[in-house]
Amino acid sequence: MKRRRRLWGWVFVTPQLIGLIIFAVIPLLMSFGISFYTWDGIAPNMEFVGLKNFMDQIMDSDFRKALLNTLIYTVMFIPLDLILALMLAMAVQKIKGKSFYRLFYFMPVVTGSVSVGVIWTWIMNGDFGLLNTILAAVGIEGPKWLTDPKIVLFSIVIVSVWWNVGYNMVLLLAGLQNIPEVYYEAAEIDGANKWNIFRHITIPMLSPTLFFVLIMTIISSFQVFDQAFVMTQGGPMKASYTLVYHIYQGAFVEFRMGSACASSVILFFIILVITLIQMYGSKRWVNYEQ
Amino acid sequence: MNSRKITPGKVILYIVLSLGAFIMVLPFLWTILSSLKDMKQTFAVPPTILPDPVIWENYPESLSALPFGRAYFNSIYIAVVVTVVQLFTASMAGYAFAKLKFRGHNVLFMLFLATMMIPSQVTMIPLFIIMRNLGLLGTHWSLILPAALFNAFGVFLMRQFIASLPDELEEAAIIDGAGVPQIFFRIVLPLVKPSLAAFGIFVFLGQWNNFMNPLIFLNKTETFTVPLMLNFFKGTYATDYPLLMAGTVISILPVLVVYMFFQKQIIQGIAITGMKN
Repeated sequence: MKRRRRLWGWVFVTPQLIGLIIFAVIPLLMSFGISFYTWDGIAPNMEFVGLKNFMDQIMDSDFRKALLNTLIYTVMFIPLDLILALMLAMAVQKIKGKSFYRLFYFMPVVTGSVSVGVIWTWIMNGDFGLLNTILAAVGIEGPKWLTDPKIVLFSIVIVSVWWNVGYNMVLLLAGLQNIPEVYYEAAEIDGANKWNIFRHITIPMLSPTLFFVLIMTIISSFQVFDQAFVMTQGGPMKASYTLVYHIYQGAFVEFRMGSACASSVILFFIILVITLIQMYGSKRWVNYEQ
Repeated sequence: MNSRKITPGKVILYIVLSLGAFIMVLPFLWTILSSLKDMKQTFAVPPTILPDPVIWENYPESLSALPFGRAYFNSIYIAVVVTVVQLFTASMAGYAFAKLKFRGHNVLFMLFLATMMIPSQVTMIPLFIIMRNLGLLGTHWSLILPAALFNAFGVFLMRQFIASLPDELEEAAIIDGAGVPQIFFRIVLPLVKPSLAAFGIFVFLGQWNNFMNPLIFLNKTETFTVPLMLNFFKGTYATDYPLLMAGTVISILPVLVVYMFFQKQIIQGIAITGMKN
């Protein structure tokens, strides 16, 4: 009986196991392998060049630009998105009609990246867009959101916040609702003010959710591509050219598979480090109940 | 905390939240309004808010400009096939890891967990090469196969859900002489139906909105999915905003309508799966 069940275990796991091997393990190994070669993706001959692709990438001005843009994007996006999401979650938690508001804030989350990009390309049009029209109505001359290289990354941050804030709000809201009411009641009896309650009850009790949301948002922020691709094609003057854009460009526009794989391996290690920080950090810094 | 009194603070809270909600919806409203204008109204100075006259023709025109109907069909059937097969294979694997405890199940489960750390952009170049070598490039198989047969997160999620079911249910069935497949189909699957639904919504939306894989794998317009078609549309009619906005409304309206009706289930589904990620 037990042996039969064990046999069935292998049968049941087989479809996903085949998928795991063909679509994850082999591609990952291939990515590492190809990164040591010069290859256009088509020709049968691949030239082994060792770590040259990695050296070239590190020296490459496009790669540096892409990495820097991705970092700047992340640094702008994370605080804006998380603080807004937390404020919204706390505000919505306290009122009646929670699901009514949630409906609207979550709406962009179900919308696809291309639709989001097309909608905002029009809204952020420097001459006829809705955003500058509204700004002009209150006497502000709006910038060229998508064609000014100094502004464009921030414009994409705005779009991403609009797109994502409802998602993080819902996750944080779920975390807030798990905080037992008795903690708040006790604090109120002790005469704690709102800031003290926030600082000493909400934040520590929410820290597991907050930390998790933070890490997940950082990881997805390092993979930003769709918005930049649809709205600005990485421009103007590569001002919105991101790391994933660089991988896409290298592999599927310039057909330099070796160097594209090298940059994807670098992305892999960046995300690996963030994930490891999460695994150790959630044990060390986060305040779990009991 | 939850006092029912109306205080000035609460009134301000409601006003700010309502204003925020309006800002969230405004881009959608503006898209719809823009889709009903002609070029003259679109680029008018000062700008017009409401379309006058209303140009309904933008819709039939954008539908005939590119095969959006075909893209719809492609997107729906790819997302449905992927969702159904993935839920099935993931819950099979989840059941095996949770209850069947075959030899090596711990090591194998760790392998599944480890692959969750791999960003899709790292495997996309080799995946492209694999698909080309298999002769599947340009076909929908290149989108369906990887998604249907592999989702480590889905396996993890289903394992968690199935592991929380009591063993006694199975033991009773085993005494009655039921085999593993019967137990899986008649007992396990019906019990995890709510979790399957929540996870299914998550998978379906992800497939529906997926952009990168279709962008890399597909090359003929008749195979395009909705996001890819809209991207192509944007490239072709870059400055014809009314037509472009009509195309955008066509691509998002069905999702938004479904969302309006099932918002509670959709938000909960995404929140549950999001938290376990």
